[in-house]
Amino acid sequence: MTLLIPEKIKMDDSAIKTLETIYANYSAANDNIISALQEIQKAFGFVPEESVYWFADKSGVPMSKFYGILTFYAQFHLKPRGKNIITACCGTVCHVKGAHRVLFQLNEELSFPPGEDTTRDGLVTLEKVACLGACSIAPVVVVNDKVCGRITPDNMVKKIQKLRDKDK
Amino acid sequence: MSKEILIHVCMDTGGIAAGSLDVVDAFNAEFAKTDIPARIEKRCSLHKVGCRGFCARDVLVDITIKGEKTTYQYIKPDMVPRLVEEHIIGDTPVEEWMVDETYDDFYKLQKKVVLANNGKIDPENIDEYLDVGGYASITKALKEMTATEVIETVKASGLRGRGGAGFPTGLKWELCVKNKENPKYIICNADEGDPGAFMDRSVIEGNPHSLIEGMSIGAYAISSNVGYVYIRAEYPLAVERLAKALDQAREHGFLGKGIHGSDFDFEIKVKLGAGAFVCGEETALIASIEGERGMPRAKPPYPADKGLWGKPTIINNVETWANLPPIIKNGAEWYAAIGSENSKGTKVFALTGKIRNTGLIEVPMGIPLRDIIFDIGGGIEGGGLLKAVQTGGPSGGCIPQEHIDMRVDYDNLAKVGSMMGSGGMVVLDESDCMVNITRFFLEFTQAESCGKCTPCRIGTKRLLEILTRITEGEGKKGDIELLLDLANDVKDTSLCGLGMSAPNPVLSTIRYFRHEYEAHINHKRCPAKVCRKLLTFFVREDLCTGCGMCVRACPAGAVSGKKKKPHRIDTSACIKCGACYDVCKFKAVLKE
Amino acid sequence: MISLTINEKDIRMPEGATVLEAAQALEIEVPTLCHDPQLKPYGGCRLCIVEIKDFPRPVTACTTPATDGMEVTTESDRLYRLRRTIVELLLSDHPNDCMVCARAGDCTLQELAYFYKLRENRFIGERRHYDMTDKNPFIKREMEKCILCGKCVRVCDEIQGVNAIDIAYRGFNAKVCPPYEKDLDCEFCGQCIVVCPTGALSGVIWGGQGRQMDVKLTDTVCPYCGCGCNITLHSVRDKVIRVTSPKDSINQGWLCVKGRFGYEFINQKDRLQTPLIRRRKGGKLEPATWDEALNLVMSRFEKIKKEHGPDALAGLASARCTNEENYAFQKFFRAVIGTNNVDHCARY
Repeated sequence: MTLLIPEKIKMDDSAIKTLETIYANYSAANDNIISALQEIQKAFGFVPEESVYWFADKSGVPMSKFYGILTFYAQFHLKPRGKNIITACCGTVCHVKGAHRVLFQLNEELSFPPGEDTTRDGLVTLEKVACLGACSIAPVVVVNDKVCGRITPDNMVKKIQKLRDKDK
Repeated sequence: MSKEILIHVCMDTGGIAAGSLDVVDAFNAEFAKTDIPARIEKRCSLHKVGCRGFCARDVLVDITIKGEKTTYQYIKPDMVPRLVEEHIIGDTPVEEWMVDETYDDFYKLQKKVVLANNGKIDPENIDEYLDVGGYASITKALKEMTATEVIETVKASGLRGRGGAGFPTGLKWELCVKNKENPKYIICNADEGDPGAFMDRSVIEGNPHSLIEGMSIGAYAISSNVGYVYIRAEYPLAVERLAKALDQAREHGFLGKGIHGSDFDFEIKVKLGAGAFVCGEETALIASIEGERGMPRAKPPYPADKGLWGKPTIINNVETWANLPPIIKNGAEWYAAIGSENSKGTKVFALTGKIRNTGLIEVPMGIPLRDIIFDIGGGIEGGGLLKAVQTGGPSGGCIPQEHIDMRVDYDNLAKVGSMMGSGGMVVLDESDCMVNITRFFLEFTQAESCGKCTPCRIGTKRLLEILTRITEGEGKKGDIELLLDLANDVKDTSLCGLGMSAPNPVLSTIRYFRHEYEAHINHKRCPAKVCRKLLTFFVREDLCTGCGMCVRACPAGAVSGKKKKPHRIDTSACIKCGACYDVCKFKAVLKE
Repeated sequence: MISLTINEKDIRMPEGATVLEAAQALEIEVPTLCHDPQLKPYGGCRLCIVEIKDFPRPVTACTTPATDGMEVTTESDRLYRLRRTIVELLLSDHPNDCMVCARAGDCTLQELAYFYKLRENRFIGERRHYDMTDKNPFIKREMEKCILCGKCVRVCDEIQGVNAIDIAYRGFNAKVCPPYEKDLDCEFCGQCIVVCPTGALSGVIWGGQGRQMDVKLTDTVCPYCGCGCNITLHSVRDKVIRVTSPKDSINQGWLCVKGRFGYEFINQKDRLQTPLIRRRKGGKLEPATWDEALNLVMSRFEKIKKEHGPDALAGLASARCTNEENYAFQKFFRAVIGTNNVDHCARY
């Protein structure tokens, strides 16, 4: 399988054009940099380091502040994410209904590199979220925006297999 | 314009997760079939409505023909053709799919104020909100009441903040108005981060205009022209519906310059949270709106004096704001008549966990906990025994079975060592380990600590470490006392509400379930058989059929045995993951 | 003015003062790690908690505005216990290697540990680990010793306006670092070192040079520019090992990279210590006495003035000189040489 993680987004013309639009909205609305970073993430799928330097330079907001914010809020990704996003709910109800077993199975099945949340082949990124508020069908995982309720370790494996098959 | 056949499909996150989108598609597909439209399309309308509460029975579908409503439960797309054929066309309800009598039990003791129109109106259509008297309260406030009268009404209603601490809403507004500095700001806290709570999400998904109206009333009362809704990005559907509702409100002149034909201006902006639980704390939330790291600052001064951009600011949560239209509409006395002495009105709870009827409920304050659990909730799922009810999320505590007859309001919850919180209510049964649950909450708060103040940053980490030690069988004599000491000190010295309340689960579970801690520490035993490191897995030979499921499930290769002969678990190789226990269909794997 | 009592002593304070300021005005010691009078209040370390009548729980003195009629207590068994727990927690995530720490004896955390008699620690657990070493020659960061008081971040923002660092991550993993955790890339003024209450920040060239107790202090003025910042030379056996600046000086204790770290020239072997004169054309520069050198300059000035007139001479003064020196310099050119050809490097 080929490496699916895209190369770092170079600051090519189209990227700069995207950033310029985001910057224009940011300065027009007198907005805060959190919203700007959210827009950057929406455009690139993550927040590339180069784009932050560009934005810091343009806006005059110190770079250190961007980094402080990027690492404070769980929503921001500093690295490219996998092709598929699996979000595991770690809420109270999911916990008492066995979410940790699903998580255990996920980790077994996907064997992430230590300290990483994206598989080596870039197929899956695993994210954890405090609560999706879908407690009535706990435990819950979200596979690429589709909420799947009453998940068991077994059908988690099946779902991963499906993602693998689709990728072939 | 109402048609004679109305179909309502529950379309909140819970409903969609249960497949309501497919159900809607199935209805549309059925209508699109060549011969059916001619017969029914003109008479029939399909409505996507918000959560009506009973999520356990999703997907719920109402079919109303000539005012006669029939509710169906557990509807799947493949059931739709028959519903259309027999009920809509044939006018004969499909009895076997209709809700049973227990469905009504769920609603009998509830009192819907905030959720009155949830599940009835299409949240994406402002006309439906207007049809049920929407925006009448703000018009009444603007035309018939002075700002002071609005505040007096809110004060007299006895409404207290629904976000956690329960500060009297009217009093907060009054303090804000006393500050002569301008401009003033209104903020709606929709950063509902408590795991196991989804009240705010349901209100916004089911009736976003009630929030807009509530905020407009508040803005008028304190003369603020700008409001913010700080909402979790993890709630995409709520964000989308709120944005739609705001657009519609603007089109109707309910937001912007001179709202509702008055000379009062009000605009609402939306800010998306970026994934930090601590931003539910008001000063952290303000920092986040200002584009900073969401780190709280010390109070006093309170936001009502120095809030957003250093200006007087009122922050209330979604449920509080949504309470305002009915209060203004029906008057303070009406509202104050609901509830208990110091807690007026109703409270929305997300009733979840080991309970039969999970879902969203709204009950009058002061209702006995027993009524919630056994009448509304239908008792424990699977017929187990109730152990405790956890309220207030990671900031709250556990109410043990012996307090089942307590009346649920702010003061009583505080008395038993828990708190209202934003309204999560997680029911725990005998198969839940209280030490493990406490560890879970501390793991959460520890990870969500902003790191600004010492006791929360290091203290919650140390609490978690001690709890982890205990659940892993390495508890030491004196650990309980150490937990109590540290928990009390963290509570007393932390900067913000997160740190102050993070030790609550520890304190409350030690108070009521000390024996479970002792079993873990002294006897290295988990009474609920949850803490894996304290368990041993083995196979009961008389029950094992030798099917081999456990062999395939075991990630450590610790299970062995010949086909159709009883298997064995090698305890030295077992990593205690519990996979064999989960897969065994014959209950032959035991844990002890 | 407002009046309040602290430990039953009356004090009047101007509107807007904090409880901590009121306590300090009464010379009541309240421990703190994150407070600095020149920075905005932070309220992070929680050590300055005090009890105030009618307040439901202890509050930090540094952030609480003093109000009329307030009754404050700064010492009680409960406060002692709470503060002790806080210091104990800080020490549970600290290397406690005071024996080899450059700041030993000059460390607030160490003092507090001593005061609260913290030998054992009830909370021993995981500690943060940083293996990153900076390559810059000025500021040494040992972030394991950091207690997240945030003073360095605030001084860099509020005083220096550089914003080279900020707090990144959160909770137990929070750390102070430059963007993307790279090497420090700033003005290296070292203001952050001054405010750091622990050994987390120090000067690279300070290491292993001598503990505070052996040091001789000499107050002087920084020679680098005309600002005239007050500095204090720390020397051990006639060798300058560190430069600090007193808080009550014209520069309020702040210095720049040159003033703070640029003192090594003093002990350099190739430093000029006498004037040099080239005695023969084409010859080498040779050491001379000041009298010899000044006489030579004087004779040349006279010669040029006599042969070509005073306007053939011009003087260019240095920004490193003080006002007084520059005044004397222009006076010399106008009154003694007789020319107005005098200027100053700061104009170019």
